[in-house]
Amino acid sequence: MTHAAATHHTSMGLDNRKLAFWAFIGSECLLFGSLISTYLVYKGRSVVGPYPHEILNIPFTSVSTFDLLMSSLMMVLALAAVQRGDMRWGKIWLFSTALLGLVFLGGQVIEFTEFVHKGLTMSTNLFGCTFFVLTGTHGAHVAIGVLWLLTLWVRALQGKLGPANAMTVEISGLYWHFVDVVWIIIFTVVYLIQ
Amino acid sequence: MSEEHKHPSVDVYLRVAAALAILTVLEVGAFYVPAFRPVLVPVLLVLSAAKFALVVMFYMHLKADNTFFTFLFGAPLLLAVGVMAALLFLFFGALTLRGAAGAG
Repeated sequence: MTHAAATHHTSMGLDNRKLAFWAFIGSECLLFGSLISTYLVYKGRSVVGPYPHEILNIPFTSVSTFDLLMSSLMMVLALAAVQRGDMRWGKIWLFSTALLGLVFLGGQVIEFTEFVHKGLTMSTNLFGCTFFVLTGTHGAHVAIGVLWLLTLWVRALQGKLGPANAMTVEISGLYWHFVDVVWIIIFTVVYLIQ
Repeated sequence: MSEEHKHPSVDVYLRVAAALAILTVLEVGAFYVPAFRPVLVPVLLVLSAAKFALVVMFYMHLKADNTFFTFLFGAPLLLAVGVMAALLFLFFGALTLRGAAGAG
């Protein structure tokens, strides 16, 4: 049975995997909504430092934000290449997306390490606790996305990914873009609105 | 029968990326310009919402895709925003009301 033959459509004519994935993304909205709410509720209630304005590095995080936004561009370019059967560029863009994701994760590791050296851990104050839980959960999502993209890239290298599997790339793209939009909110709420 | 929708062209993807980059520069610029301080929060929220909408509409293809996907994403998103607003009101609204009652 070929991959295309194994694909099912719902009675609405929609791909069942895409439908399920949008429902999953909806549930993720509630997860991140609750984490962002918790951050906001405890915002400004830390009784000991370090406080956000003393420790957050806006220029550094702005570069990370730009990196993640550009990774979303690489992702849609990968999807467009796979859909038109241009697997050479499909592989290049998929790897570029994963690479930019890794750069973002590297930035997060540097940021977290710097914060710990400056005395901010999860148990230091309410800011540390809510900050690390929120950004750490997002980072874990990015890490899963990078692994997913690298898996697709390896499958493409093996010749097992082509226009017939474009929906697989589209669904991984939905996940990646969702991670991107969550960061758009975190960057504004946590970093810029202090 | 499957319902196929045409995705945006590479040109549109590049234009959206340029818009996202410009909006990010504006956000960071607004953060550093003291003149924006009184209106910083609404300005940042509007810019952030614009970036969010661009990614969801063009990169996640909700603009061209079936409206049921918009519902699947939009309904939980609204619920999350509602929960957020309710929690903030419970914590900060109650504090403000208590403060006002104490002052009175």
